[in-house]
Amino acid sequence: MIDVREVTKRYEEFEALQDVSLHVPAGSLTALLGPSGSGKSTLLRVIAGLEEPDGGEVLIEGEDATRLPARRRGVGFVFQHYAAFKHMTVRANVAFGLKVRRRPKAEIRQRVDELLALVHLEGWADRYPSQLSGGQRQRMALARALAVEPRVLLLDEPFGALDAQVRQELRVWLRRLHDDVHVTTVFVTHDQEEAMDVAEQVAVIHDGRIQQVGSPRELYEHPANDFVMSFIGPVTRLGDSVVRPHDVSIVSEPGEDTREALVERVAHLSFEVRVELALDDGRDIWVQLTRAQAAELELEPGQIVWVRPAYSTPGGFQAAGSALSVET
Amino acid sequence: MRVSRGARIGLRTVALGYLTLLLALPVGFVFYKTFDKGLGAVWDALTTPNAIQALELTLLMVAVAVPLNTAFGVLAALVIVRGRMRGRALLNALIDLPFAISPVVVGLALYLLYGRQGWFGSWFLDHGIQIIFSTPGMILATVFVSLPFVVREVIPVLREIGTSQEEAATTLGASPWQTFWRITLPAIRWGVLYGVVLTTARALGEFGAVSVVSGKILGETDTLPLYVEQRFQAFDLTGAYAASALLAAIALATLLLMTKLQPKEART
Repeated sequence: MIDVREVTKRYEEFEALQDVSLHVPAGSLTALLGPSGSGKSTLLRVIAGLEEPDGGEVLIEGEDATRLPARRRGVGFVFQHYAAFKHMTVRANVAFGLKVRRRPKAEIRQRVDELLALVHLEGWADRYPSQLSGGQRQRMALARALAVEPRVLLLDEPFGALDAQVRQELRVWLRRLHDDVHVTTVFVTHDQEEAMDVAEQVAVIHDGRIQQVGSPRELYEHPANDFVMSFIGPVTRLGDSVVRPHDVSIVSEPGEDTREALVERVAHLSFEVRVELALDDGRDIWVQLTRAQAAELELEPGQIVWVRPAYSTPGGFQAAGSALSVET
Repeated sequence: MRVSRGARIGLRTVALGYLTLLLALPVGFVFYKTFDKGLGAVWDALTTPNAIQALELTLLMVAVAVPLNTAFGVLAALVIVRGRMRGRALLNALIDLPFAISPVVVGLALYLLYGRQGWFGSWFLDHGIQIIFSTPGMILATVFVSLPFVVREVIPVLREIGTSQEEAATTLGASPWQTFWRITLPAIRWGVLYGVVLTTARALGEFGAVSVVSGKILGETDTLPLYVEQRFQAFDLTGAYAASALLAAIALATLLLMTKLQPKEART
């Protein structure tokens, strides 16, 4: 369990964290989600003790850890670029935390073997990090962090340096690992899909402030503000409303609430079809359809159709007039 | 960049010619001249009591200056790169002073400070320690002129490795001391080693600063470079060449040792 209370952190003029409070339940898997420069990594580093906050408190398992040095906090930390000890073998890397704690050799050996099995690196114990792939290095880093049986596991963009396929695999794997090990885990990501896929609880951070905390579904269906809505999923603008592109219906006849639109482009992406249209006021809008819907409408570029909002889920967000910046 | 065949050969010739003319030829010629009169003459020239004393004193300079400047160099590099104290920029600039100032000026400055009439010199003399025209002064001069090498080699390596390995060690429970010995030092070891080689070379070969403070007392305060000059002035060319060749051989051996110690991946 982690409690962050009114933490502020300033770098010269830049306010990295402003009055941030966050509760991470014991045993949960929480994502800190935000664009780069939002303060999410700073918050993670404050929890780990790698950065000192200018104000506020950090409690780990109910104990005030604000003034505790990082090495006494009992945190496992995984870095984006692995931070592998390059001059040590995989085994020595994983054993490091136990070695500096002066545990008996036999115990270290047994524990390292267990962990290497857990992260599927049994055959790689005597290799050096330079001989490992990115995904393997990150699994080694994870085993190293878990070796000291941390009270909380903190991961800073753990998959950020990996290519898409390995990313996807490690995501699933982290999820399963968390089910097995059940240590309170916080990971930082700028990828909303990653956060929604892996985490039980997501905290959206922007401009050094927490915008909203909730389950992936809550965030998607009930975004607290413009920023969360546009950051959590795709959005498009229909008149004065900001809507999800799948919450717009295309019909072939005018009716109540409809607006005329000109089909500009129809793109067949995997299972979804993306339709780009120009509204009667000249603004662009895009709509997400299923293949079946698209087939039924027989859309062609140049065709005139009518669009209207169709909230399949509650939570269409009334934009406050200002233009939205979509950063995904 | 695409370079035509002719230009490539031209560039290669210029580079190799430059190296040959300015580096390989003079050093090679010293060896050639040394063994001109046969091995026996060289052996005789190097086993005179004065030559042996000069060699011993030179090795003493290296033995003191290298460990001292290595320890200081690593510490200073850590303070400059990782530290947060004020005045880091000043320290960084100050470290280059021995590169900037002519060694003769360094020697004179030491003479002014530690000489008979100097600020500290009279105090030391009252306590029975002679610094100028004696070994301690020569060691001071050698340490001064060879100070920047380790710092300058280690700073870029420290910057390059970044802080994440050290941070990882910290979160795993390592104390600052453990982190230094187990993580930082192994990560910068090739930088340190290269700095040590350069420091050794400089300590071996220093002439100007040591010359001013040594007083050049034959058989007492001669180092090998001073001895070379002294033999040369005395028209003993065999002696001068032999001592030169010995100096060059020690320096080359140090370089070779470093290349041998380096692992393959660091040798690129």
